[in-house]
Amino acid sequence: MTTSKSEALLHTPGHIKHDGHNLTGFIIFLCSESIIFFAFFVGYGVLKITAPTWYPDGVSGIAVKEPLINTIILVSSSFVIYFAERYLHKKNYWGFRIVWLLTMIMGAYFVYGQYVEWSELTFSLNSGVFGSLFYLLTGFHGLHVITGILLMGLMLIRSFIPGNYDKGEMGVESISLFWHFVDVIWIILFILIYVWQ
Amino acid sequence: MTITNYDERVLKASHPVPGAPNNWRRFFGFNTDAKVIGIQYIVTALFFLLLGGLLGMLIRGELITPPSDLFDPSVYNGLYTMHGTVMLFLFLFPVLSGLTNLLVPPMIGAPDMAFPKLNALAFWLVPVFSIVLLASFFVPGGPASSGWWSYPPVSIQNPLGHFLNGQMLWIVAIGLSGVSSIIGALNFVTTIIQMRAPGMGFFKMPIFIWTVLAAQILQLLGLPALTGGAIMLFFDLNFGTSFFNPETGGDPVLFQHFFWFYSHPAVYVMVLPVFGIFSELFPAYSRKPLFGYKFVAVASFGITILSLVVWVHHMFYTGTPMWMRNLFMFTTMLIAVPTGVKVFAWIATLWGGNLRLNTPMLFCLGGLFNFIFGGITGVMLATVPIDIHVGNTYFVVAHFHYIIFNTIAFGIFAGIYHWFPKFTGRMFYEGLGKVHFALTFIGATLNWLPLHWAGLLGMPRRVASYDPEFAIWNVIASIGAFMLGVASIPFILNMVSSWSRGKKAPPNPWGAIGLEWLLPSPPPHENFEDDIPTVLNEPYNYGLNKPFVFDEEFYISKALNDS
Repeated sequence: MTTSKSEALLHTPGHIKHDGHNLTGFIIFLCSESIIFFAFFVGYGVLKITAPTWYPDGVSGIAVKEPLINTIILVSSSFVIYFAERYLHKKNYWGFRIVWLLTMIMGAYFVYGQYVEWSELTFSLNSGVFGSLFYLLTGFHGLHVITGILLMGLMLIRSFIPGNYDKGEMGVESISLFWHFVDVIWIILFILIYVWQ
Repeated sequence: MTITNYDERVLKASHPVPGAPNNWRRFFGFNTDAKVIGIQYIVTALFFLLLGGLLGMLIRGELITPPSDLFDPSVYNGLYTMHGTVMLFLFLFPVLSGLTNLLVPPMIGAPDMAFPKLNALAFWLVPVFSIVLLASFFVPGGPASSGWWSYPPVSIQNPLGHFLNGQMLWIVAIGLSGVSSIIGALNFVTTIIQMRAPGMGFFKMPIFIWTVLAAQILQLLGLPALTGGAIMLFFDLNFGTSFFNPETGGDPVLFQHFFWFYSHPAVYVMVLPVFGIFSELFPAYSRKPLFGYKFVAVASFGITILSLVVWVHHMFYTGTPMWMRNLFMFTTMLIAVPTGVKVFAWIATLWGGNLRLNTPMLFCLGGLFNFIFGGITGVMLATVPIDIHVGNTYFVVAHFHYIIFNTIAFGIFAGIYHWFPKFTGRMFYEGLGKVHFALTFIGATLNWLPLHWAGLLGMPRRVASYDPEFAIWNVIASIGAFMLGVASIPFILNMVSSWSRGKKAPPNPWGAIGLEWLLPSPPPHENFEDDIPTVLNEPYNYGLNKPFVFDEEFYISKALNDS
């Protein structure tokens, strides 16, 4: 009785070899990272509702048009990166590289658009609560976009190394996941800052 | 003596095994072996315990007389801020990371952690942020002096106008400590989820593993909130933003929410592994199965979930609306339920057991005794009227030292003694250990028990001088504090001398059940390597005829005998 039960247990999976945890670890990291943004969003919401003065002097609202174009580009890049991954799964490496590069370009355009928006604004980090929160949120998110582009560049270079995908496509999958994460954060951020005025 | 339920592997383990490296230099370099990293963490942390203890004794030296005569009051502010920060971020978190690193892989039968390089990185951040924090003693204006909470608007004052100021270094150190903790947490969680021995389902894991999993998930959920708050505080302090600055429309109370959303769960991050240590040691030293294994295991996650919704009880007296006070009073009291489950399970485990009162067990019993006391004052403090009365008095200080030192540090000492033979391969000196326990227990009681009275009478915390009516309590407390300082001497003597020339330890000196006790002492580099035993039952079946791991030869010989 005990023996047959034990024999059954011998074949239950429980231990996996050293490699292969990267994706799990990365997902856990992203969950944790999202809490920092969550903290900022909560801070934004609380201060938006309670602060005695919200917009700095001379500012009555914030332009939506250019950020909206930016948003559309960033959100669609999330679909583009999905096709890049599909190409990689089908071992179409050049298809992957071209579409991957397209994602990078779209990300870079987003950063450029953010730069243009920042340079045209009349208020700064020190202009009251809204100024502080606006630059903190967009800046912190922008840092994540830039990190994403740099990591994608690294993956692009590594795709030329022969035998790079022998052990799986963990790197590309993680970066792609990160890109979707950056996207979702931006959508929440866009709703908070630009839609909820 | 009949040993029925831990198997022949214990005896096999005493054969000489290759691989246990014996080169002391490996402790001083970048090493990816979890057992080396664990010891690096623990030794570094114990050094900071001495430093934090020294700061504590300076505080008690100042408070031995009512007027502020030993230090300037502003220096005193820096002393208690640094005492709290050093003890929490440089001693408690690293020492627990160290114990977790040592114990998790052998206890679940894994060869190492999931990400050994990240593990080493997490450790080497400790000396980096320690240096950043301690460097603040030498910058103009001195170290951070707004308490370990760093509440704005006090913490966003920079009167001298230097970019490099004590408060700024404090925030940077806390940020780096957060990075180190997050790396550690995702490593522990991944390892526990993915690298368990065959047959070790969740309800066959040791309680220590349960509590580490609960604590590290809590770390992943809570710590980023503090990081977010610290980033905003950093900008307010150095770049003139107005998140928390009331002069420009910010909200200082918002920081308190960010801070306590993490820093209350942080207490559970520290106390949960100690609950795990209690749950490992009580069955082993009373030779009885752990009472209510499944309840104790699940209660860990009950604590995790509840601890995320209690933080406002630190803010009852900072303008919190009444409905919020009532809500958080309720959730805070609710947390006594899963905690109570554990306490009763331990007492039921001890009840009628064959107690073996050696040093680790004494520390455990002392810790449990103190925890019950500190838990009761905790429920008192959760009550809004009492909290408003004694808030910011020495009653609060006494309560949390009963948890932080008298429970958590006691549990840590118990763990260090209990697993010392396993990881060093040497036995410690029992006599010195008992002296250490006696001095620590008496010192800690003298130090913090009288402060409850001082607090109830209204002695405010964080002030260098006080009314002479509180003098008697403070004199007793200071004597206790200096006694704790003396207690470190037998401990250091014991650790150093027994590690270098103690008696060689057998694989399982305590007759305990657990995968780590099946390994030789010290364990070889990759623990079980590929020969990982299959776990059949949870490791607490003392005195029951239930095998812990599957042993082929045992069953073959049994089958032969039966036929």
